[in-house]
Amino acid sequence: MSKRIEQEPIIRVEDVVAGYGDVTIFENVSFEVLRGEVFVILGGSGCGKSTLLKNMIGLYRPFSGHVEIDGEDIVSAEGAARLRILRKIGVMYQQGALFGSMTLLENIELPMEEFTDLPREAMHRIASSKLKLVQLEGTEHRFPAEISGGMRKRAAMARAMALDPEILFLDEPSAGLDPITSAELDDTISRLARTLGITFVIVTHELASIYKIADRVIMLDKEKKGIVATGTPVELRDHCEIAWVRRFFRRETASGEVAA
Amino acid sequence: MTTATSSRRGAVLRTTTSERGDRVLELEGRLDASSTARLWRDAMAAARAAGDRPLIVEAGAVDYCDGAGAALLAAIEEAAEQGGGRFELRGLREDLRELVALVAPSRQEVAPPPPPPSFIVRLGRSGIQTGRDLHRLVSFTGEAVIALASVIRHPRRLRMRDTVAIAERAGLGAMPIVVGVGFLLGLILAFQGAIPMKRFAAEIFVADLLGLSMLRELGPLMAAILLTARSGSAFAAEIGTMKVNEEIDALTTMGLEPVRFLVVPRVLAAMAVVPALATATSLSGLLGGLLVYRSLGFPTVTFINRIVDMVEPFDVIGGLLKAMVFGILVAGVGCLRGIETGHGAQAVGLSTTSAVVSGIVAIAVADGLFAAMFYVLGI
Ligand SMILES: Nc1ncnc2c1ncn2[C@@H]1O[C@H](COP(=O)(O)OP(=O)(O)OP(=O)(O)O)[C@@H](O)[C@H]1O
Ligand SMILES: [Mg+2]
Repeated sequence: MSKRIEQEPIIRVEDVVAGYGDVTIFENVSFEVLRGEVFVILGGSGCGKSTLLKNMIGLYRPFSGHVEIDGEDIVSAEGAARLRILRKIGVMYQQGALFGSMTLLENIELPMEEFTDLPREAMHRIASSKLKLVQLEGTEHRFPAEISGGMRKRAAMARAMALDPEILFLDEPSAGLDPITSAELDDTISRLARTLGITFVIVTHELASIYKIADRVIMLDKEKKGIVATGTPVELRDHCEIAWVRRFFRRETASGEVAA
Repeated sequence: MTTATSSRRGAVLRTTTSERGDRVLELEGRLDASSTARLWRDAMAAARAAGDRPLIVEAGAVDYCDGAGAALLAAIEEAAEQGGGRFELRGLREDLRELVALVAPSRQEVAPPPPPPSFIVRLGRSGIQTGRDLHRLVSFTGEAVIALASVIRHPRRLRMRDTVAIAERAGLGAMPIVVGVGFLLGLILAFQGAIPMKRFAAEIFVADLLGLSMLRELGPLMAAILLTARSGSAFAAEIGTMKVNEEIDALTTMGLEPVRFLVVPRVLAAMAVVPALATATSLSGLLGGLLVYRSLGFPTVTFINRIVDMVEPFDVIGGLLKAMVFGILVAGVGCLRGIETGHGAQAVGLSTTSAVVSGIVAIAVADGLFAAMFYVLGI
């Protein structure tokens, strides 16, 4: 079954300039993410991928520009309007950001506790099913400090899905995972996109998963302070006018060797 | 002339002068971190001593060289260049030569660090910083008050379980130390008070002194200071660590305001707990004082009667009120410092320290204001 990507954008990023303090990390970044799409943000370490993500989810305010989620401007939204937007998204942070004083189950139940009237038993059941989705059954009552880094990431993804958001933002979901778990995570992502129509915005470096899951990719560059290429992975590999982008997608180093 | 330095494991440095007047450094053996460390000073001294004469390093007998050895060779070369003489590295094995080329510091000029900003610039910056701090303090207080009000209106929004757990940790956990400190304080105060009073045969008034100062002033003050040390710092560290781990960000994007979620339970818990701690401090202080009082030859009844006579209900109520305000201040400051935490583990340490310092300052200032207020009101 092939999935449905609608032509209507669910996220619209327009002329966003962002950074920290007086330092601009990128300028005039504009793109659209379509509903149901798996959208990948690529770029070298330190080029501002996490920063872009945090500006898209309204955590930081861009210096200028707009970010619209499902037709609503998240930059200027306050109070109830902001909450309405936030309810549509789930975020997995690069470091996991699980609450250290709570077990995994409690971590996942927290958003449900705060925003729904579900009985405790239902919350348990839902939270366990989310953990199962990321292959973490049996760890319900462990604390974040008691599991490995890769497991923490997956638990964070489970938490991001607690309220069944329409959009999931994942910052390097497969970093630190072994190839098999990483491939299983890719399957999970593809499956969620296909069956539930969830839109994904993912920062990743894993070329294998990019080819497998990405519908579209943007490439950020630190020097150019912005997007240097947009397209499907195959398009960029074969037709991108920038040599290093083509090389990246062919897994080649500058001296022409193919990296392992 | 030949001088030799050998390091215990492996490397030997021999300094000679060839008949043509070239300075020759012969290196031999393993050039690793430990052997290089022993040779470094002598090798560099020899290299500098070469001045503008040619400097030749004979490295044919070097059979191992790592990053430290490579750094030594590069440093010798640099010293030779500065002296103005020719430099030559002879006989180093090909694979080691490659390593040296790889590790050697780049020839490029390292950009000098930017000059420190001038006094005026620093003054301006610190002014801006103070302004920002003040702005943050005001907006934090505003947020906290709004969150508290909303919790009072919708009690269901209070994280009850968290609040109780925090109150337990801050309250029950502090009991033993509060009781101990209070007892000693009472003991000391009674002794110190008895000395001057003895001169007027007025030791009996030690009870008055103790009752008034413990219940009205020292009990609340001591309890609040101990709370700052135990819990104000803990609040800053907990919240600061959450900040560093992006947990605060995670809360925010879940739509859970960190202030309602983290600050309100802590402030409420502290507010509830400090009056109890203050009472415990005062009572154990009185107990300590009683011990001294009896040793001065007065019966317990006199002690109790004098205190009941002397202490007005408002002294007790005022003390508890003060304690409550101290609790709010200490918890608020601790949480604010936590939320202000920058990046990295070091930042958490800084926040913790500054939570304690600012907490104690806040208590002192508030206590002064209370004293003035009570005085004006004639209480
Ligand atoms: N809180 C911050 N304050 C100031 N500068 C920051 C902060 N966070 C990141 N930066 C800077 O912003 C730039 C982009 O950082 P960002 O974390 O977005 O990179 P990234 O593309 O996600 O890198 P990585 O792939 O390593 O995660 C970096 O140069 C970094 O030094
Ligand atoms: Mg990142």
